Amino acid sequence: MTKKAFRPDVDAPTWRGGHSPYDIIKEGSIALLVVAVLTVVFSVVFGSPDEHAITIKTWSNAAPVDFATTALNELNGTSTTAQYGAPYNKASTGQQLGPLTLAKWVGVRIGVNTVNDFVIDPLKSQPSQPILMADLAQWKSATGSTRSGWVTNYTTAAAQMKFVNNQIVVNTTNAGPVPVMIEDLTQMARSGALDQALITQAGFYTTNYTLPLLFLSDGTYLANLAEHQHLAGYQYGMMNETGNYPGQAWLWLYSFWYQIPPFNTSPNADVLVWGLMMLASLGLLLAPFIPGIRSIPRKSRVYRLVWREYYRDQKKT
Amino acid sequence: MSTTEIDRQWTTRLRKRVAGKLPPEKLLPDTQPTYVSSWIYVFGVTTMAALIVVIATGCVLAIRGPQWWHTSSVGLFVNSTHLWSVEIFFFAMVVHLWGKYFMAAWRGGRAMTWMTGVVTFLTSIAAAFTGYASQSNFDSQWITTQAKDGINATGAGAYFNVLNLGQMLMWHIVLLPLVAVLLTMIHVLLVRVKGVVPPFEVGAEVRR
Amino acid sequence: MALFNLSAALLPLNTLGRYLHWHFIELSVANFIVIVLMIVTFVAALLLPFPGRRGRKESP
Repeated sequence: MTKKAFRPDVDAPTWRGGHSPYDIIKEGSIALLVVAVLTVVFSVVFGSPDEHAITIKTWSNAAPVDFATTALNELNGTSTTAQYGAPYNKASTGQQLGPLTLAKWVGVRIGVNTVNDFVIDPLKSQPSQPILMADLAQWKSATGSTRSGWVTNYTTAAAQMKFVNNQIVVNTTNAGPVPVMIEDLTQMARSGALDQALITQAGFYTTNYTLPLLFLSDGTYLANLAEHQHLAGYQYGMMNETGNYPGQAWLWLYSFWYQIPPFNTSPNADVLVWGLMMLASLGLLLAPFIPGIRSIPRKSRVYRLVWREYYRDQKKT
Repeated sequence: MSTTEIDRQWTTRLRKRVAGKLPPEKLLPDTQPTYVSSWIYVFGVTTMAALIVVIATGCVLAIRGPQWWHTSSVGLFVNSTHLWSVEIFFFAMVVHLWGKYFMAAWRGGRAMTWMTGVVTFLTSIAAAFTGYASQSNFDSQWITTQAKDGINATGAGAYFNVLNLGQMLMWHIVLLPLVAVLLTMIHVLLVRVKGVVPPFEVGAEVRR
Repeated sequence: MALFNLSAALLPLNTLGRYLHWHFIELSVANFIVIVLMIVTFVAALLLPFPGRRGRKESP
């Protein structure tokens, strides 16, 4: 039987040399002590960040025009969520990885109707207000094209939207109940009632913040705060933490792709980068089996620093 | 019961198999090959030690619940220990990864040791992400509303809803730690079974 | 409990982050320090002599 050839990047020689005393429990204990001490020292010296969460109340009071504009975009179907596609709705195909439309194939599993979920249902939950109730009844009884006409007229005029005397002001005609709906939703948001309405739709207890987070991310307030803290995508934000704290340096490669063509302008950037990173992870996982990759350790000779005593002894003998 | 009957029992067969592969002196050795003589070798145990501190500090955070650290000075300190032990964990793990790569530590039938290490690394990234998602502050609001696009694009977002705090928290404190600890145990037991990879032979770098 | 009045960190890092820019690369000072420290630690681990050379050459 022919002996298999020794492959230096795959096989390892059998060790026939000496052994020395080794206290594995002591080593582990020292490591634990060192890590625990370092952890406490860093915590005492640097602490940790905790920038408070923003609410829809915070947002609508700080930037009422941005809030009202976002609410209008939910109503007219132009917000990011309204046009997202799966898993929220069927408004678009979503991102494509070559011929694969993965999100679309999985389908709508977290249904979000921006008109009803963000505007109509929260307004309906308000205690009885005659004008609002009448306007909601008018909206309900109108046809799709009538509603569309109202929203379009309001949207056209909303380019000049102002916030004057604590009220949203848009000079428009023939917008039906839309002006009252947007104004009342803004006041509801400014009072904090909208935060509550968006999370209690499923019941008293919830830990699911999908609706308020989608609504927040459709506006510009959250993004502006993030940009201020260097957390935006084009700022390698994925790697960063608020303040001067270290972030996630290990995400450098994931974040990097978003900065260069074609990813930085592609509508499919997310799925393309994910695909690339899955390949890179597979490459790392299968490094022992990939010729070239598995030869770099031997050819780079870094190992000679690790085992220099062994090689020195070999030279002596 | 006859001896043959006892030998055929599942318990006996499992015990003999485990004891054969990993006798006590291999599980807890008191010697090591003389070539294990470099500071690069401490980063594996340091990573494990950091994982223990991460889990311990996480347990302390669990005692008072996920909102505690926002309203308590003690809670904020414990949160800091959780954050910094995670930073040390990743720091040590990356240095350990670099060391093991340049030693080609997969040689001699140790490919599974390498692969379990890589999967543990990827699991740790997922655990860190769900941790960031569980912070219930501005950072988690931003991170989740951004991350959702990448995860949604793969189709996984339909089931792994990063905007669902409850789901993210439970993945972070139950599912992912279980997987990470299990993988770490398998990884370490493989090192004990196979031993630490020996050096390249002299002159190996000139071979094709 | 004075021991636990540790919430006030000695050098809190809550001020706005400082960033390094180089062509299309943008890196926080904090992350840069961490990366440099990792590289320095790796190189030091390779170069620093490891103690305990005596008492070797026991039976294989």
